[in-house]
Amino acid sequence: MNDDSSAYVRAVEERAPANVALAGKGVGSPKPRRAGLPVALSGLLSSKWLGLVVAVLALALPYLNSSTYIIQIGTDALIFVMLAVGLNIVVGFCGLLDLGYAAFFAIGAYASGVLSTKCGWPMIATLPVVVAASVAGGLIIGGPTLRLRSDYLAIVTLGFGEIIRITANNLDFTGGPNGLYGIPDFGDFGLRSDVAVYWVTAAVVCVAVLFSSRLGRGRIGRAWRFVRDDEDAAEAMGIHTYKVKFAAYIAGAVFGGVAGMLFAAHQTAISPPSFNFLWSALILMAVVLGGMGSTPGVVIGALAISLLPELLRGAQNWRYLIFGLLLIVIMVFRPQGLLPARAGEPKRRRRGGVA
Amino acid sequence: MSAVLLDVKDMAVSFGGVRAVDGLTFSVHEGEVLSVIGPNGAGKTSAFNCVTGFYKPTAGSVTFAGADITGKRPAVIAASGIARTFQNLRLFGDLTVLDNVRAGMHVRIRQNFLDAMLHTPRYWRSEDTATDEAHKWLDFVGMEYDRTAQIRNLPYGEQRRVEIARALARAPRMLLLDEPAAGLNHGEKARLLDLLRRIADLGIAVVLIEHDMGLVMKVSERIVVLSYGKEIADGTPTEIRTNPAVIEAYLGAEDEEAHAEAERIAAEAKPAGPRTETRQ
Repeated sequence: MNDDSSAYVRAVEERAPANVALAGKGVGSPKPRRAGLPVALSGLLSSKWLGLVVAVLALALPYLNSSTYIIQIGTDALIFVMLAVGLNIVVGFCGLLDLGYAAFFAIGAYASGVLSTKCGWPMIATLPVVVAASVAGGLIIGGPTLRLRSDYLAIVTLGFGEIIRITANNLDFTGGPNGLYGIPDFGDFGLRSDVAVYWVTAAVVCVAVLFSSRLGRGRIGRAWRFVRDDEDAAEAMGIHTYKVKFAAYIAGAVFGGVAGMLFAAHQTAISPPSFNFLWSALILMAVVLGGMGSTPGVVIGALAISLLPELLRGAQNWRYLIFGLLLIVIMVFRPQGLLPARAGEPKRRRRGGVA
Repeated sequence: MSAVLLDVKDMAVSFGGVRAVDGLTFSVHEGEVLSVIGPNGAGKTSAFNCVTGFYKPTAGSVTFAGADITGKRPAVIAASGIARTFQNLRLFGDLTVLDNVRAGMHVRIRQNFLDAMLHTPRYWRSEDTATDEAHKWLDFVGMEYDRTAQIRNLPYGEQRRVEIARALARAPRMLLLDEPAAGLNHGEKARLLDLLRRIADLGIAVVLIEHDMGLVMKVSERIVVLSYGKEIADGTPTEIRTNPAVIEAYLGAEDEEAHAEAERIAAEAKPAGPRTETRQ
């Protein structure tokens, strides 16, 4: 107990940033060198280079395989990753159960879709409006509901998700049940157009994952965790819990909105059924499956949820049954998620580090 | 006597007809150590909760450092310089010891969304400062265990210490401790006594609710006694020890067993700490 007084400082310095430094996507990983698989895995996953490796892999995918099918599901998976890390801010970091997250996805998709098809804006120019619309959506729903504690919040957000979808279904300028079609992409930069969309998506999602992970570690990220663990104690420390929850909600909304914009550009057509409750549930499932509050975990969870049905195509009609069974098995044996968040201290003064 | 820091006037709060705090008036001076004692259910914790904003007083006023804080939000009151601990530990169980202490510094860490996302120099500066200060407070309270560990895995006594470190990290002018000695063994109580004195030396006013009379008599400069939500006595430990109203409130009059208890308390309280003596 009374060892060298700087023991803890050394411990802090040496402790790898276990639950943090990972920013990037994908499960691809270099071969572990050490024999003990768990040890090697844990060391690998706590490496700050893993995020960079995965990001490079994601960006290099078109060089590895550029078939239309691969690019298509790759783009879908990346958009899903963005949704999952966005919801992770709300559910994982701040502990607010949001069952209507697809609402922000829809707001983003429709904001960019309407402006680009009806007003002829270039896709990239709709970004500020998408962000503003998501923030406004977050303010409108979060304002009254974030005063509630989680169960009630879940019910109200569930209702809000449906309201957005039904509104889109009944308005003229959103195209009603037919939705919007002929949505432009970001330009093809002299490439095959689906590859161009893929690269734009990959770049945006890489940055989004990095930002969400970093937000989770800074002052505001800590405040989110304080609120999640004990709201009263957080208040007693001078943390305005309502504002902090609002910040998480708005941040999540912006991630969802931008993901919606990418989705609109990728699909070129959107309609209300694309934003039903199943989406909200699947995104939440990705967060829970991966490990709430753990950015690398959530990325893995999102890739699993979006890619498993594709990998199971060989099973034909059975694939959704197998998918469901797999999810049940994983949650029974790893209720904390595939790669749960672990309490840890980041190394100090990692200046010039990548993550 | 130094200036009045906290002034509570006719404060009352009731829950469905039960008047937990019933017209309570007391004040805390800058830098003093004040104990609030009273039988179970006397309204001590309710009074704390009213002062810190967790309950809204139904009547009366609370003034802190010249500003009216009656019924304000707990976060606002905490930010104005009142830190507290809870009767049952309220730590952030999933987080590390250091993160728990950093919670107290939240309002002083200068860093925004962009700093966090872009890892600006300001981000690293503020994080390093916060970490250094967290270590400083943990040193101050004598927390010797692994500070990178999840707090829920620590022994109870260490968790108590971390909770006090967290409250101190709030850089308060007044610290409210709700039964800090509960569940501590003899040696830990002695260390708590020493810690309370060192906190007072920092110029922070300390208000504690405590049932351990030995500790209360040794550390307090003044004692306020509550019963049924009202103040029944206010004075130095020596005055309180012999106050018949206090003995009656605690033990009920004319009760053999109770008088034995009263004598035991008095005996325990006798070896008053040297500091208490010099202060008065």
